[in-house]
Amino acid sequence: MGKLSSTELQLTANSIRQNIIKMLVEAGSGHSAGPLDMADVFTALYFDVMNIDPHKPDWQERDWLILSCGHICPVLYATLAERGYFPVSELKTLRKLGTRLQGHPHNLSLPGIETTSGPLSQGSSQAVGVALAFRMNKQKNRVYLVMSDGEQQEGQTWEAVMLAGKEKLHNLTAIIDRNNIQIDGYTEDVMPLDDLRAKYEAFNWHVLEVDGHNISAIINAYHEAEAIYEKPTVIIAHTIPGKGVEFMEGKYEWHGKPPKPDEAKIALQELRTLQGKIKSEHE
Amino acid sequence: MLNPKQKLNPDIGTNDIETKATRDGFGEALLELGAKDENIVALTGDLAESTRVLPFAEKYPERFIECGVAEQNMMGVAAGLALAGKIPFAASYATFSPGRNWDQLRVSVCYSEANVKVIGAHTGVSVGPDGATHQALEDIAITRVLPNLTVIQPCDSIEAAKATTAIAHLKGPHYLRLTREKTPLITTTDSPFTIGKANILKEGKDVVLIGCGPLLYNGIKAAIELEKENIHVLVINLHTIKPLDEETIIWAAKLTGAVVTLEEHQIHGGMGSAVAECLATNYPVPQEFVGMNDSFGESGTPEELWEKYGMGVESIKQTIKKVINRKVKK
Repeated sequence: MGKLSSTELQLTANSIRQNIIKMLVEAGSGHSAGPLDMADVFTALYFDVMNIDPHKPDWQERDWLILSCGHICPVLYATLAERGYFPVSELKTLRKLGTRLQGHPHNLSLPGIETTSGPLSQGSSQAVGVALAFRMNKQKNRVYLVMSDGEQQEGQTWEAVMLAGKEKLHNLTAIIDRNNIQIDGYTEDVMPLDDLRAKYEAFNWHVLEVDGHNISAIINAYHEAEAIYEKPTVIIAHTIPGKGVEFMEGKYEWHGKPPKPDEAKIALQELRTLQGKIKSEHE
Repeated sequence: MLNPKQKLNPDIGTNDIETKATRDGFGEALLELGAKDENIVALTGDLAESTRVLPFAEKYPERFIECGVAEQNMMGVAAGLALAGKIPFAASYATFSPGRNWDQLRVSVCYSEANVKVIGAHTGVSVGPDGATHQALEDIAITRVLPNLTVIQPCDSIEAAKATTAIAHLKGPHYLRLTREKTPLITTTDSPFTIGKANILKEGKDVVLIGCGPLLYNGIKAAIELEKENIHVLVINLHTIKPLDEETIIWAAKLTGAVVTLEEHQIHGGMGSAVAECLATNYPVPQEFVGMNDSFGESGTPEELWEKYGMGVESIKQTIKKVINRKVKK
């Protein structure tokens, strides 16, 4: 696949957002805000940054994406389908009996899913293990870890961050969805996380911050991370929860629930209008 | 009297029987495996010496990961290594791993079918002076409940070495339960060992004693002494707690009509419970349990603690007599 233009990337993210809404309303349960706000990051990763082949999900030389905050898996599933790992039509099976699209991702259920996650922060340790294995094998594969901001409250996150810093795992790039919300409220009310930059720097990580909805900026941050050889990199992606759907944006109440059918209709209308705007701006 | 096919240590029952810790058998086997397979990796959480991974760590520093005092991360890192093709042995005290990192074992390892070998050292009250905090008495219960996980407790150092080699060559999650103290060598290098296949150490028809771990030696001594009282005890080494050798257990229950289980673990949820589950559905017979009865341990010597908590030779003999009295008279 050749490189996509900035407009094509934006349209891809928009399509992923539409599919997230469609699959969530069909499932009748699941998380809305995080998946929507990470559509731009996932588009950057799967349509530009990562070295992957959707037709060979077990390819030895592939880069690995490890989703630690498993609950945002609708964005992972929608991105994988968009990228051609499996048919888009299968997205509607999310959370239903017999589906490959489990409520939280399972490595053995669906090609392209590298690890299992759900209980927060387990992916951070898994990613460190995979990065260590690549280094032992002198493999060039890179590991892309996706974390939520809420899971920075887990002790295991910092155990993993400590080991990655100690081992100077420059083949590991983490990104934090800094959307400032979690189930019970705003992160800084539930359990303050700032100053995240200072925390990661203290653990010997290289820290970058980006607008999590600027796909070009996200791609550039990943390129900078690749150039850092002394330490692992974390990208703090500042995002708006529920991005792209106005009535969800910025509201923690949308962390853990799906839209109802009438709400989904409005959301899809908004996203289609946005799609039209992206197209017309390009013309 | 002892089953000749098992090629057991001829010194069993004598005072000069050689002793060695199961953790040493593990450490030596791991070092050997390291030379044969470069995918073997070892991890620990600041316990390299006492879990006996230190010789491996010194010989293969590039394949050793010191995780520091962070067991949750250690389990997850092991899962990541395994998913990327390595064969990680993650060693700590069982109270911490799988005790403290059970969720990581459940999701990152078992549900993911990651090829991780979990080494739980320092199990049972025989940990001794360190006291209750460090005496793992619940680890069989919390591991055998997990799908995809094989659970093994070797009865001596030689069997521990065989088990270590065997699990390295089998794909999938395994839990190996080890002990701290030097304990009698019950088996020899010629003794059979197959994961999932219980070993009949001694013939007998009056009652079956099913045990696991070094505590089995107390059980063998009790059985030998009971011969003098004309009580013939069948002794089984149930080294693999999961998957359970149901065939041998059912056969033994049918032959003897009474069961005593013996383990350095809480009787609730342990190996004895696994045996009871099997027999309740297949061939119910009276059963008694030797093990910790819903209490924590304390500081002391291993022998003192076994005596105090009912795992000494005399207690085992009393329990055997008790279950025989419960047998259904034909």
